[in-house]
Amino acid sequence: MVMPIPPAILTLLLGMGLVLSGLWVGQNVSLLPLDASSNAPVYDELFKVLFSIGTILFIGIIGLIVYSLVRFRRRPSDLSDGVAIEGNLPLEILWTAIPAIVVLFVGIYSYDIYERMGGMTPLNDHSLHAAHADASDSRTWAGISPAMAESDDGMAAVPVDVTAMQFAFIFHYPDAGITSGELHVPLGQPVALTLKANDVIHAFWVPQFRLKQDVIPGQPTLLSFTPTRTGRFPIVCAELCGPAVTS
Amino acid sequence: MTISLTPETAPAHGPSLQPQGWLRYLSFSTDHKVIGLQYLVCGFLFYLIGGALAGAIRTELLTPISDFLPRQTYNEVLTLHGTVMIFLWIVPVVNGGFGNYLIPFYVGARDMAFPRLNAVAFWLIPPAGLLLISSYFIASAPESGWTAYPPLSLTTPATGQIIWILSVLLLGGSSIFGGINFIATILKLRRPGLKLMQLPMYCWAMLGTSILVVLSTPVLAGTLVLLSFDIIAHTGFFNPALGGNAVVYQHLFWFYSHPAVYIMVLPAFGLVSEILPVHARKPLFGYTTMVYSIMGIVFLGLIVWAHHMFTSGTPPWMRLFFTIATSFIAVPTGIKFFNWLATLWGGRIALNSAMLFSCAFIINFVFGGITGVALAQVPFDIHVHDTYFVVAHFHYIVYGGTVFVIFASIYHWYPKVTGRMLNEPLGRLHWLLTFVGFNLCFAPQHWLGLNGMPRRVAEYDPQFQLINQFSSVGALLMAISTLPFLINVVMSAFNGEPAGDNPWRALTPEWLTSSPPPVENWKGEPPLVHEPYGYGIKPGDISLTDTSGRDLWRLGAGSDSRS
Ligand code: HEM
Ligand SMILES: [Cu+2]
Repeated sequence: MVMPIPPAILTLLLGMGLVLSGLWVGQNVSLLPLDASSNAPVYDELFKVLFSIGTILFIGIIGLIVYSLVRFRRRPSDLSDGVAIEGNLPLEILWTAIPAIVVLFVGIYSYDIYERMGGMTPLNDHSLHAAHADASDSRTWAGISPAMAESDDGMAAVPVDVTAMQFAFIFHYPDAGITSGELHVPLGQPVALTLKANDVIHAFWVPQFRLKQDVIPGQPTLLSFTPTRTGRFPIVCAELCGPAVTS
Repeated sequence: MTISLTPETAPAHGPSLQPQGWLRYLSFSTDHKVIGLQYLVCGFLFYLIGGALAGAIRTELLTPISDFLPRQTYNEVLTLHGTVMIFLWIVPVVNGGFGNYLIPFYVGARDMAFPRLNAVAFWLIPPAGLLLISSYFIASAPESGWTAYPPLSLTTPATGQIIWILSVLLLGGSSIFGGINFIATILKLRRPGLKLMQLPMYCWAMLGTSILVVLSTPVLAGTLVLLSFDIIAHTGFFNPALGGNAVVYQHLFWFYSHPAVYIMVLPAFGLVSEILPVHARKPLFGYTTMVYSIMGIVFLGLIVWAHHMFTSGTPPWMRLFFTIATSFIAVPTGIKFFNWLATLWGGRIALNSAMLFSCAFIINFVFGGITGVALAQVPFDIHVHDTYFVVAHFHYIVYGGTVFVIFASIYHWYPKVTGRMLNEPLGRLHWLLTFVGFNLCFAPQHWLGLNGMPRRVAEYDPQFQLINQFSSVGALLMAISTLPFLINVVMSAFNGEPAGDNPWRALTPEWLTSSPPPVENWKGEPPLVHEPYGYGIKPGDISLTDTSGRDLWRLGAGSDSRS
């Protein structure tokens, strides 16, 4: 007679297998577009962690359901009942506590990521105001703005004034005095956009930069980033702004 | 010639002013069962309209250029689609439809607390719905999305927008009337001897939902009234050009519309909690934690709205708060899902259409919940906000969750309502087509969003064409899946196998009467059900120490221990 493997050990092994495969999948997915700004790799790191946790949870639950449906299915003639187990307090405490810890970890971790992307810059920061022309007369809202002075070699940020309208973005370069329909930014140097809209709400989105900022009439908003890859990337308006699209 | 009436068919108390027979369903009936079915059928008709609009959207998106619909029409179609599906299909059906039919049974009452208010609440819906659709023919339909963000909603053609506001106000009013009625019925009409903690779970779900309805819908109403002032009287509440603030509208709108997502899904949670124990022949696992988690969701649901506004220039502390609050909703929600899994574990599961739709709901919702928790993380959301990723997320919740539960519930309660069974093979075909079509339609949209396709566009980058075509094929399958369902529902009403009063051997009070039930719900006293989920062999009846788990599950085979 062979001793059957105790169920506790089987469960443990299954759990470990699940966690390992989740981690593996999370590390190896590639569902995101090219990364072309300094905060894109930071974003992708978060994505991998979330993807791992999600995979573990999803596969685990699908596994449980499919297993139950197959293992405990009933023949049409079978009129019997299952066992009347109405609850199990320790188990219920466990599956309250574990998700609570996981979401707390995810929340704190993603906040760390956000900080590294520059999202925590407080409003009306003086260093931000210095970057654009009419700081004194109006309040500026902060989008994502990694402290601009922080660029590796202390390079100053390139200021660009952006006006969003139906159905285009207009870029004005105060330093060079040029106005254009395309955004040209130098590689490796921080860029500070001051976004304005006069008609309806628009949203400035560059998928390769992992950045999006609503442009709300009456709220000039600052958005900065550092491009890390050369290429032509689409600027997308991600807010419903009327019967046409921007490109 | 004499006409003789047999005693059974003779009207009991002389001619009634109320129409009888099927005409009741077109009348101002105050019978909660009639009103429930009115909600259900009316909602389904609007679902067909909303579905046709979705078909137009997916047809347009077969190609990267705007060729099937002009851009403006496209925006009108997507606005109508969203509004119809939310306010005329999901909210009325899971609340008004099943709520009216079931809640009086569950509390042991013969009708709702305010029957006439109930009829008024229903009869607001058809005119409001027709008004909304008619806007397309009167002037032009609203075209600023179901969210109607100003300033866009102030600059698009005013007639359509005002009709939209009027229609949503009427529907919101209907919803509030319904909510008040449910709260009063559950708290005040309980049969003597029935305690709150003995109610079937759907009652708790409806209590929680109705609290959300009553607290948040008036905020939407007030907001839309202000918006209409901005449009008609050129006030400047939300108009930055006149010194107003467009973001305030977003706060007010989402203060209703995030709770609204729970108004759409909590009742579905309740319905699933009724269906699973019956078809798994086991008690609902963790009744008490289920109740607390519903109340937890209600509370948290009221303080997470700004997760829809992470890119709206909200201050950092606000984003931090709403990230944490939103993530924590996953905890009570998770409890419910683990409890359902534990309900299935070790049961005697009937793999019928009701069960298949319920389990598919669990899978779809878990997927939507996972993307939801991801979206709650500000840095993650900043990339995918207002893209097809969000479209995929909320369709996994609203369609994969709630609509799947609506179908599960129809398969479960059809025998109660008609006295006849639905055809099982057709039901499973319906399930298979819906499940495959749904996932094919919406799963690829996550990728589209991550890779750069914004939502609400008629044109897109050609690199996305293939994936969009997959999605459209999925939508086609979903449309086709409605056919076996419709055929089944209509044919079975006439030819279905007679169901008897209680084909599922269920214990909740709606099954302890004839099918279909009499006007007064039960002949004689309403039954007093202390244990609505009293299925199964008591664990004490078996010696747990000297039986292996396998024997334990098998033991039930011979002995049927239900009373
Ligand atoms: C309970 C059922 C749920 C429903 C019905 C639902 C529905 C929705 C809807 C309709 C939207 C899109 C709104 C719009 O932009 O028009 C949305 C977005 C969102 N949902 Fe859910 N959701 C649900 C569950 C969750 C859960 C469990 C979470 C997180 C724990 C979550 C987090 C979010 C977030 C953060 C967004 C904003 C995404 C964005 O616009 O960028 N949702 N949800
Ligand atoms: Cu929400």
